[in-house]
Amino acid sequence: MKHIVKILSLLLAVSAFWIGLLQAAIIPPGYNTWLLPIYFVVSLGCYGLLMVGLGLMQFPTCPQEALLLQHDIAEAKDFFKHKGVDVGSD
Amino acid sequence: MAEEKKYKYSIIVPTYNERLNIALIVYLIFKHLRDVDFEIIVVDDGSPDGTQEIVKQLQHLYGEDRILLRARAKKLGLGTAYIHGLKHATGDFVVIMDADLSHHPKYLPSFIKKQLETNASIVTGTRYVKGGGVHGWNLMRKLTSRGANVLAQTLLWPGVSDLTGSFRLYKKSVLEDVISSCVSKGYVFQMEMIVRATRKGYHIEEVPITFVDRVFGTSKLGGSEIVEYLKGLVYLLLTT
Repeated sequence: MKHIVKILSLLLAVSAFWIGLLQAAIIPPGYNTWLLPIYFVVSLGCYGLLMVGLGLMQFPTCPQEALLLQHDIAEAKDFFKHKGVDVGSD
Repeated sequence: MAEEKKYKYSIIVPTYNERLNIALIVYLIFKHLRDVDFEIIVVDDGSPDGTQEIVKQLQHLYGEDRILLRARAKKLGLGTAYIHGLKHATGDFVVIMDADLSHHPKYLPSFIKKQLETNASIVTGTRYVKGGGVHGWNLMRKLTSRGANVLAQTLLWPGVSDLTGSFRLYKKSVLEDVISSCVSKGYVFQMEMIVRATRKGYHIEEVPITFVDRVFGTSKLGGSEIVEYLKGLVYLLLTT
């Protein structure tokens, strides 16, 4: 099944649930019809922002890797110099 | 004790103007894969800086059976470079990696080990988990990356933490299968590969890798890249 179909089915199921609740008058009259959809979109937005924020705070960095890379480059250049391979410069 | 089956690994490296980097990469691959049966397939798109001459010297040094030069006349794109390299690959597994040293060959043993341990069809490198990381990105770049990732995770449920990464190990037959159904270009192509692989039910494992971006300083992540990315996401959302 295509992914978009899965997502649409999920949304459809949730909407059907909400409409069902409205129709069966389980939700007291006076509640905005659009309550669940609005909450859904807003919480999705908040969740997204939270994930971005958390991810940004925990973003793994590796400054030491740049240094290690410089060592590796020097080692490799040295090797090639001795083997007579002219690698030129960066 | 049963004889351990020895596998061969084909490492495909597409290059364009990587005269120095290709030599460094070859040196590092040989350094880190001492007891492994592998071949390096350099797919060069007619580099004007002499990349192919360097590769020929490397072939002289390491052997033409270890380094294959399969060049093309001009810049024809990454996807087709992989397909071209695949045609000449004789390994059981295929590794794809970038030529600019943002992908360090020292992680190759961990890819191989992970695959042998889990019998995964694909092992993909991820920069975004503990043990991995990125160097060379400013805050804005990290923000865009993180935002893009969250959006992709929410929409696509891709099953991997790093969608746009291009440091991966595939079972040869799996790569052939997945690549035949991908049509995108650039980094959306990398996303499409991993998403299609997930949809097809292939077993995918991740290993942490570090990514040193030496290019970012010179290229900007502009509005057009963002638009391309969003278009790619929508395309993947609708067609996978």
